[in-house]
Amino acid sequence: MGIDQTLSSYSDWCYGIAVGAYVVAMLCYLYEQAFGYRDRTAARRELVGVGASGDTLVDEPPAEEPPSRRAGRAARLGKMAVAITTFGALLHVSSLALRALATSRAPWGNMYEFGATLCLVAVLTWLVVLRKFPVRHLGVWVLLPVIALMFLGGVVLYTTAAPVQPALQSYWLVIHVFAIALGSGMVLVPGVVSVLYLLKVRKPEWAGRLPAADMLDQVAYRTTVFAFPIYTAGVIFGAIWAEQSWGRFWGWDPKETVAFVAWVVYAAYLHSRATAGWRGGRAAAINIVGFAAMIFNLFFINLVTAGLHSYAGV
Amino acid sequence: MIALLRNTWRGLTSMRTALVLLFLLAVAALPGALLPQRSLNSTKVDEYIAAHGWWGELLGRLEFYNVYGSVWFSAVYLLLFISLVGCLLPRTLEYAKSLRARPVLTPRNLSRLPHHHEATVAATPAQVMATARKRLKGWRIEEREEEDGARSVSAERGYLRETGNLIFHFAMLGLIVSLAVGKMFNYEGQVIVLANGSQFCNVGTLGYDSFRPGLRVDGTDLNPFCVKVDDFRPNYLPTGQADYFRADLEYQSGADLESNTWRPYQLEVNSPLRTAGDRVYLLSHGYAPTFTVTFPDGKTRTHTTQWRPVNQLTYLSEGATKFDPPGVTDPAERRKRQLAITGLFAPTAVLNGKLLDSGFPDLRDPAVAIDVMKGDLGNDSGRGQSIYEVSQEMVDNGRLKRVARENLRPGEDLTLEDGTTVRFDGVQRWVYLQVSHDPAQGWVLGFAVLVVFGLGTSLVIKRRRLWVRATPGENGTVLLLGGLARTDQAGYGEEFGRVTEDLLAELTPASERVQANKES
Repeated sequence: MGIDQTLSSYSDWCYGIAVGAYVVAMLCYLYEQAFGYRDRTAARRELVGVGASGDTLVDEPPAEEPPSRRAGRAARLGKMAVAITTFGALLHVSSLALRALATSRAPWGNMYEFGATLCLVAVLTWLVVLRKFPVRHLGVWVLLPVIALMFLGGVVLYTTAAPVQPALQSYWLVIHVFAIALGSGMVLVPGVVSVLYLLKVRKPEWAGRLPAADMLDQVAYRTTVFAFPIYTAGVIFGAIWAEQSWGRFWGWDPKETVAFVAWVVYAAYLHSRATAGWRGGRAAAINIVGFAAMIFNLFFINLVTAGLHSYAGV
Repeated sequence: MIALLRNTWRGLTSMRTALVLLFLLAVAALPGALLPQRSLNSTKVDEYIAAHGWWGELLGRLEFYNVYGSVWFSAVYLLLFISLVGCLLPRTLEYAKSLRARPVLTPRNLSRLPHHHEATVAATPAQVMATARKRLKGWRIEEREEEDGARSVSAERGYLRETGNLIFHFAMLGLIVSLAVGKMFNYEGQVIVLANGSQFCNVGTLGYDSFRPGLRVDGTDLNPFCVKVDDFRPNYLPTGQADYFRADLEYQSGADLESNTWRPYQLEVNSPLRTAGDRVYLLSHGYAPTFTVTFPDGKTRTHTTQWRPVNQLTYLSEGATKFDPPGVTDPAERRKRQLAITGLFAPTAVLNGKLLDSGFPDLRDPAVAIDVMKGDLGNDSGRGQSIYEVSQEMVDNGRLKRVARENLRPGEDLTLEDGTTVRFDGVQRWVYLQVSHDPAQGWVLGFAVLVVFGLGTSLVIKRRRLWVRATPGENGTVLLLGGLARTDQAGYGEEFGRVTEDLLAELTPASERVQANKES
């Protein structure tokens, strides 16, 4: 099986431009975050919509200037940021598609490619969240880790397009790895939003420009609830593949172990939201721990410990 | 006493305890990923203990190298198991009751609910009720007459949420039980078979190089089947990266054993042979050089012994092929004249001066770099020894001495001082097979599918209630709507809004609508 070097380099260019687009988009979100005039009524209506019991809207100091030109520009930049994010995501998709074409296999066969897929899922999740919740200016906080991960992926973990070794030549590579990328990419958004939630609750004076705590909580919860079953299915697909490839469906390989740990942490998150005294801050903290476990599993387990998953391209 | 038991039970089955136990489970599982584990790599554990002194030994005594079989890990998941059962029993009873229960009475004050709406419409209360019933199709509905001619509908839906929730938790229980059953009756054995038509039969543990039985398996009652490895064909890309590994097998099981019928199977990574309730996997492969030793008296001995790869990329391999002198019956005499050929094998030789290395994993230009050792191999010492090494102890105390060192290509030989010749004849391949047996894994899979199904259902579906009350008033019928999501309010507002809009649109033309929108 040959590798199409031309397509592969097109893929790399798309990747680079996508990162560039995300950086520009992040700066636009940042402007809106910094200077935007929040549409109070919209926020308020949504707050009711999601059934807030106590009004946790933290009063901002009254904006010195009423909806002025500056605020108008901020809103325009915010809209532009979404457009640029979408543009970046399209390039991101192209980058993966070109890799797939260049190598004639699923474009997530090593750590660089997996990271790229994960980041794409995170960005797409963000674009969907935007349509449901008026939290556009938070884009800066979501794109920041995405850009960091993509930079790391492109610079440190970059792997030239190549076929995968026999152990990975299975249709389960398509199913299992994609499901895991979906699950772990989606939880990036709640992970970040939960950090903002904690900030909002613990240090409200720093977080005047963040949306109401209940809104952040809702964004985190609804995204996690969507991602968790997918992640669960991904782990189970992995077990089915392991039965086919390694001779047992579960063997406490380091990657499996930490996947299990992350799963248990997210299970704890869901339970915590149904437990008196654990909602809110503690639940958010658990969500952050869950995301940290995912990242730990991606980097530490692959790069530091030696396990059966260590062929992931590094 | 009973109070103590009851309190313990309540404490154990409370959600808070379950949460803490979940955390403990996560924390307890972590060391298994960070510390070497006996079950995965015993050598690494020994190295770790050696490198960390008393600390390493302490960890060993606390079962940190066997986390998933340790007392403390078992304690956590057993407690969690009990907590789960204790949580599920009452919930199942409640669920059974709720299956037949009618929707609850309409609350007196609907405007206190998180979602509510008030409007005045021209339609009569009876018309309002009819419209509401029509719109709330699919909901479980109870219509009631109230005081002052008011009427109300109490509607509830999303019962599948609890169904999914219970399915998820029961499937978790089933999964854990199936895992335990699997641990009782499973076995797993590894064996190296030369890919030259050699056979392996699953008749007992002795046939294996290593064997790990389940708790209730003693190795006497394995599922009988045989495999014969005819050939092993790897394919590598020019970069040295493996493209595929294929082993041509023949196997027989069941009735084939009696009729001695062999069926072909192409064994590959990701494509195990499934027969007789067992699975046969291709785990890895390697080389087995063949040496012929011609003793001074003219007798010859030929051995083909597997050597192990020391470099997984180039398949540079090491090993020791051991010979007993023929026709020597006196053990003392024999121990002076035993031979071992030890050193390196390279499938594609690259020589740096006299130093042998391998440049490619496939057989292109094989060569060996060997030391011939003569003396006492230590086979009679009663101590087990590796088939890949000579006993270092015998070398150290001078009872096993090096008598020659040479690099050989296939067909080349060397002659020792006493006239013995050692010829490197060539090389064969071996495959490392694993036989696995787990009668419960189908159950595990079934429960795992239910886990995902239950999880999806319980997380996507919301249990929610909606009430409509119509009270005759001066300017028409006062319509009051209230909504409450029982589990999580997330997203219910949108649905409530839609229902409200639909009802109002149905009841009065928009222009006549008198609205008192008192949303807070």
